[in-house]
Amino acid sequence: MLNFIRTILAWSIAILLSFPIFWVALTAFKTELQSIAIPPLVFFEPTLENFTEIDERSDYKLFAYNSLITSVASTIVGLIIAIPAAYSMAYFRTKWTRGILMWMLSTKMMPAVGALLPIYILFQNVSLLDTKLGLTVVFTLSNLPIMVWILYSHFKEIPYEILEAVKIDGANLWQEFTIVLLPLSIGGISSTGLLCLILSWNEAFWSLNLTAANSGTLASLVASYSSPEGLFWAKLSAVSLIAIAPIILFGWFTQKQLVQGLTLGAVK
Amino acid sequence: MNKEKRLLPRLLLTPAVLSLLLWMIVPLFMTIYFSFIRYNLLQPERSGQFSGWFNYEFFITDPSFPAALGNTLLLLGGVVFLSIAGGVLLALLTERYFVGRSIVRLLLIAPFFVMPTVNALLWKHMMMNPIYGVLAQVFIFFGFTPVDWFTDLPLLSIVIIIAWQWLPFATLILITSLQSLDKEQLEAAEIDGASYLQKVWFIYLKHLARPISVIIMIEIIFLISVFAEIFTTTGGGPGDASLNIAFLIYKQALLNFDIGVASSGALFAIILANIVAVFLIRLIGKNLD
Amino acid sequence: MINSLTRGLGCSLSHGLVHGLVRGLVGSFMVVFDAVKQIFFKGKFMGNFKNKNITKKLLVMAAFLIVSSLLAVTEIVVATVNNGHMIEMQKLTKNFEDQNPDIKVKWVTLEEGVLRQRVTTDITTKGGQFDVMTIGMYETPIWAKRGWLVPLNFDAKYDVDDILPAIRKGLSYNGQLYAAPFYGESSMLMYRKDLARKARIRVPNNPSWELIERLASRIHDPANGVYGICLRGKPGWGDNMAFLTTLINTYGGQWFDSSWKPTIDSSEWSNAINFYVNLLNKYGPPGSSANSFNEILALYNEGRCGMWIDATIAASFITDPKQSKVAKNVAFAQAPTKVTKKGANWLWAWALAIPAGTEKRAEALKFISWATSKDYIKLVASKNGWGNVPTGTRESTYKNRNFRRAAKFAKAELAAINSANPEDSTLRKTPYTGVQFVAIPEFQAIGIAVGQQMSAALAGQSSVEEALETSQEIADREMRKAGYY
Repeated sequence: MLNFIRTILAWSIAILLSFPIFWVALTAFKTELQSIAIPPLVFFEPTLENFTEIDERSDYKLFAYNSLITSVASTIVGLIIAIPAAYSMAYFRTKWTRGILMWMLSTKMMPAVGALLPIYILFQNVSLLDTKLGLTVVFTLSNLPIMVWILYSHFKEIPYEILEAVKIDGANLWQEFTIVLLPLSIGGISSTGLLCLILSWNEAFWSLNLTAANSGTLASLVASYSSPEGLFWAKLSAVSLIAIAPIILFGWFTQKQLVQGLTLGAVK
Repeated sequence: MNKEKRLLPRLLLTPAVLSLLLWMIVPLFMTIYFSFIRYNLLQPERSGQFSGWFNYEFFITDPSFPAALGNTLLLLGGVVFLSIAGGVLLALLTERYFVGRSIVRLLLIAPFFVMPTVNALLWKHMMMNPIYGVLAQVFIFFGFTPVDWFTDLPLLSIVIIIAWQWLPFATLILITSLQSLDKEQLEAAEIDGASYLQKVWFIYLKHLARPISVIIMIEIIFLISVFAEIFTTTGGGPGDASLNIAFLIYKQALLNFDIGVASSGALFAIILANIVAVFLIRLIGKNLD
Repeated sequence: MINSLTRGLGCSLSHGLVHGLVRGLVGSFMVVFDAVKQIFFKGKFMGNFKNKNITKKLLVMAAFLIVSSLLAVTEIVVATVNNGHMIEMQKLTKNFEDQNPDIKVKWVTLEEGVLRQRVTTDITTKGGQFDVMTIGMYETPIWAKRGWLVPLNFDAKYDVDDILPAIRKGLSYNGQLYAAPFYGESSMLMYRKDLARKARIRVPNNPSWELIERLASRIHDPANGVYGICLRGKPGWGDNMAFLTTLINTYGGQWFDSSWKPTIDSSEWSNAINFYVNLLNKYGPPGSSANSFNEILALYNEGRCGMWIDATIAASFITDPKQSKVAKNVAFAQAPTKVTKKGANWLWAWALAIPAGTEKRAEALKFISWATSKDYIKLVASKNGWGNVPTGTRESTYKNRNFRRAAKFAKAELAAINSANPEDSTLRKTPYTGVQFVAIPEFQAIGIAVGQQMSAALAGQSSVEEALETSQEIADREMRKAGYY
């Protein structure tokens, strides 16, 4: 009985919370007139005209490719830098550890709007404006503190004794990492990776302001469909749908990974 | 500790520290420099003189400044509270297996996938509009007068919009964190006859203390510079009701192109973030170690 | 006065310092970066890997060089707003590229506000990301004065004299054209003739605000979901303040007096704002303080608004049966007036300009003369019909019989544009140009801050008097900071 209530409750909250997304998906197949109908339409004859329009207007593949490259690259590079750092701070605590953690987070404290001009001038001087490399660098560095923090918190949950046990058996650092730490924290690492992937994928401020014709990401594609002059809800919904579809699908596949992380109880 | 043992952790830490140091120091020094000169992109002939504390004074004496400061803190508090409370409940709710659990979990984190720009437009036009919005129709269906969200409850509306986006972030981290909960401890508690609430308090929340602190810190940093959602929904109004510090900086940086004042505003935001962070560290810092 | 005060100390100093700082820091990073590269790429594995890559890259580059020297295609980047007419232009790019096989066009299409930030940042930092920029009547004189735009001189075939005089004046600085109009607009009254007939009120071509109020009270029927009048309320210099400035103009008010002091605390402002707040609270839809063009467009097309005063471009949306339920029942008149006709209809144009920083001036000019030519308008007409051509730019468009037949709003739109004069839009003399804006760099920030106060008055969170007082203070601070007095 309790389980039944839990199931119903969980499902209804989940549907309620994700309702706006379903609504976007629904609107994507409406005409502009249908999208502003009062009361809102739930049943209607679906149309593909919004998608045809998007196809005619912009090069979806280019934007999707840019998004894919920048977000995947920044996530991988980020993980490569963040995992050792988080490992070091979680297991070799010094009096500086908390200070370094705080300082890392503080590099994100400057509001992006305030930092835009310095970064713009800087990028212009090193010819990184409107390049995928430039965006990747920005994404990596702005996500790095968060990655370190989340990984740190996950690593902290794994007792050092387990690591020490293999060390006594003569394992080197790499073996220690692959044999013990990775399997134990795979859930944490993949959820960190997923979070950063999403943050990069959705990042709109830098990808709008540092790109022009060549390296715009899907976030800047989406931004080109909201207009203060003329109705755009159906088109915006359609473009958002195809902009978030890849990452939702990816989330679906990795979801199992995320929660499959071996539980501590099983190891002990 | 011997020498080798100390060297290794430092080496592992170096790439992260070095890259962040470079990333931080250049813009920071440029911003500090800009904040002490007159520098308006649109008035090159008036730019470049040393101006002392003028930019800071101008930013802080903005008539909207007190309201903006208050709203910034309310926004922070509101979103952090909603996302943590909601996140803990949702993580506990989906902890045990039930039919379709993996789909439910995906649905719960789905809002995080929506781009922030779309998020604001979506809520403004399709959900919260008092005439053609979905919420208005739901209210009418149940016989209530629709709430005029952005006129009567502008700040709350923005808190809801942003919390909707950040709740999944908290939920995801908390769900993952519950994975590593020691099941033996739970079994032991059950044998001792602990009630569910006791278990939540003594076992779950204790286990989640660190991830919760981490989420609070990360969200604070992100939320202190939120402005796009405000700009697209209410434009900061009515009056000062939904204006925050980041919006004031945005106004100076990208509407006025006054880099001097914007830089002093950015530095003020850093100081504000530090104050909040130090306060929080006092409060929850011991959970981080 | 401002110039003479600070000339000499100016930008060279600041830019020199900034660039020095940046270059120094970047230089030192580069040294570190190179060292790291040396260490990494000297390893055997990496070395092999790299060499292979280099040969490949060289081959590709050689091939590219050969091909490109044969074709010599120049690529230009055009930044534009994502309004309907520009999207059409983007779709017609092929036509231009066919005519000019040596030019390839790349697009950056963004929403108005974002695009404005983007191009302003780029032009002021000499970023050089764009070869053609879409800018408005607000930016043109400001940027031209700073020498950031290339003066536009077209050949005889282009027929510059065909451009509507008001629009041409607004896009010129010291008599020289700096941006070519792509489409222009004014504001006008768009009302539902079925509802007006039912209310037994005949709307003349030049209605007064008293009449509008009377008509609104008769039409207003919230029980059936029809609101008397819809007007902008969302804060922003291009949102509520665009409309409110025209209202204030016609009430005899203005933004600044002849010595650049803000005059927001004047009785004209107070009368106008009191009237506006009262009118919308009595006969407007709920949520007005967050409404701008699109929100009202949605309401209007659903048949919820009896009247609407806004940009003339709206006419083509609300008369389009594909997106409007009331397409057949719309009629047009000039924007209402109070004590003066001056400045009641606003004036705006989206125009194409060439930033001084680009090296591809000739190609950019070719593109602009294509996109703003008579032939382009005919091209759109042949593809989408005369009802959908970009309007508000050329006399010849309005003389075209096909256009007048297809566009019901043509007459009212032309009259509105012709009545606007950006150099003389207020009852009393002002030092500024612009009808619904003030063409000074400080106006964007003042506009949004004052706009917030007006929306507070509209939402009833502060009294009109308080709102005006705060607004005066805000404007005064900004003007003082900018060194006007």
